[in-house]
Amino acid sequence: MYDRQPLINKAATALDKKAPIGPDIDLGQFEQTPVPHEHLDDAGLLKLPEEEKQQLLMAGVDVSERERGGTFFQKDTEVVHCKSKQEGIEVIPIREALEKHDWIKDYYWKLASVDADKYTAASEMNLHNGYVIRALPGAKSIYPIQACLYLDKQGLQQNVHNIIIAEEDSELHIITGCSTSPHATKGIHVGISEFYIKKNAKLSFTMIHNWAEDMVVRPRSVAQVEEGGLFLNNYVCMKPVRSLQMYPTTHLVGENAVARMYSIIVGSPDSEYDVGGRVYLKKKGNRAEVVARTITNGGRIISRGHLIGEVADIKAHLECKGLILKGGLVYAVPELEGHVDGVEMSHEAAVGKIAQEEINYLMSRGLSEDEATSTIVRGFLSVDIPGLPPQLKAEIDKAIELSEKDVM
Amino acid sequence: MLLIEDLQVELAGKTILKHIDLEIKPGETHALFGPNGSGKTSLLMTIMGYPQYKVTGGKIIFKGVDITHSPINERASLGIGMSYQRPPTIHGLKTRQMVEICAAKREVSVEGLARRVNFQDFLERDVNAGFSGGEIKRSELLQLMAQNPDFMLFDEPESGVDMENIALVGNTIAKLLQKDCESTDQKSRLQMKRERTKMGLIITHTGYILDYVAVDKGQVLYNGVLSCSTNPREILRCIGEVGYEECVRCTIDNL
Repeated sequence: MYDRQPLINKAATALDKKAPIGPDIDLGQFEQTPVPHEHLDDAGLLKLPEEEKQQLLMAGVDVSERERGGTFFQKDTEVVHCKSKQEGIEVIPIREALEKHDWIKDYYWKLASVDADKYTAASEMNLHNGYVIRALPGAKSIYPIQACLYLDKQGLQQNVHNIIIAEEDSELHIITGCSTSPHATKGIHVGISEFYIKKNAKLSFTMIHNWAEDMVVRPRSVAQVEEGGLFLNNYVCMKPVRSLQMYPTTHLVGENAVARMYSIIVGSPDSEYDVGGRVYLKKKGNRAEVVARTITNGGRIISRGHLIGEVADIKAHLECKGLILKGGLVYAVPELEGHVDGVEMSHEAAVGKIAQEEINYLMSRGLSEDEATSTIVRGFLSVDIPGLPPQLKAEIDKAIELSEKDVM
Repeated sequence: MLLIEDLQVELAGKTILKHIDLEIKPGETHALFGPNGSGKTSLLMTIMGYPQYKVTGGKIIFKGVDITHSPINERASLGIGMSYQRPPTIHGLKTRQMVEICAAKREVSVEGLARRVNFQDFLERDVNAGFSGGEIKRSELLQLMAQNPDFMLFDEPESGVDMENIALVGNTIAKLLQKDCESTDQKSRLQMKRERTKMGLIITHTGYILDYVAVDKGQVLYNGVLSCSTNPREILRCIGEVGYEECVRCTIDNL
């Protein structure tokens, strides 16, 4: 049993500490008491109401588990389903890992700081659950593991902590969906994620958010990539949310380690998204790419990117493209920081509208103006992600397609 | 049939086409000559329906329908199609998807069509992204093959095409315009010629295209005015000998 008391004491000092960016949220308005839910077996998963299945599907989680290597499903504060179907890949609720596995102490709060802000503090003070997904050395994911954090109770503060470990030479693919039930409109999700990509391992992590109008979301993620490792981090959010703020950070700590982060965000009216990606390139041969595609239909989107080159012979690129379709704001904040001679870093940012010339071109091929516009938007959102398994690419495309009606 | 009567067009407040009269009958293809800036592309864009080309007088009638003020896509569904000289890149839209858009509900084999213009290797690339001049031409022809319009506008189809591909481009246009007729057991050449329905209007500077496509008539556009309408070879020879300056005199004599 891991003694969390020192961490809890430390967290207590930061309970009122505001985050450096993003609107400050009064956590007092949310309920944190655990909400019991029945455990679901495989048949139970399939018997979920259609409406709920649809909500899950829009976040990339398929209850039929077709082409999935395992499932983790947390409803409110309770883990209702958790299993791995593949040898060499473990899926464990984090509370169980803290109780039973001694090795967890090498990972828990080792990258993220418990006293970073009031959200990290709150998640430790009142941890509900979360997942540990671990690929053993040399294990290769055949199908992605799906993980879902679901909010069902109105007004709940969901505190989760996730740890993802890709051991040496392993290959792990995860699709994680966060969603709310059709009747839950208000709540807050606080999620800590720590990623460990060891020597020559490959991790692809695809997160699809499907929130509701009055949801507040504060993920806190930090990753560490060792020699020859690859971390692919994809993020898709096409749905309204009251306020979402996250700035996941990746440390490339081994030679030739690579990080690629791709975000696709569609901003709805009355929604505020402050998202970005930060990568520290610390060893020679490091490569990083941070790519964001944002569209606003009246929402406020702040798209950040920050690359820090600490040694020579590193290469990094930042790309932020935004389209304003029906009002709103796209604020691109690209930052490059080269600390020595011999770094190669660049950025490309553009905010604008759909080119009339492209619409006309498509119309001359027979499409109506609306069809032409949606074709261009779909193209804009479709980013080629090298190294992403075709299945996951298909999931991203599906998420885009399913919410296309809301985009137009 | 395409019928243009006394067409007058403005672009950004400036008159760029003046009193254009043009008739293209079913089965006919015309070549359009003229110096740079004379209004050739503007005429094509106006026929296609680009809204920045403002029609201030006259009308355009296609298949008996007055399309003077119709939106682009309505003209496309009536059967007008265009091969552009510098089409825009659409990021994230694969050439394959573009060909499927052109085919609309018709069943086509994208691979089969692509093979005909040697373009199989480009199907998974974003449409027009980083294409060379010649590649753009082949991509445009591929799209037209899928779209199969009745009246086709070609904006300098041979420019930027290397000598190796010029025959490919020329023969593909001939096929699109049903100018490639070979006599078969069932039909004589004359019969096939009579059954031709496709119409074309081709902008050309060099006239190379005339070696591959039997063009019925040549038109010269000079300073926004159609100044000459005669045998395309004769026009080409005249331009070669005395240049477009002669068009000024011809225009005056025409009045």
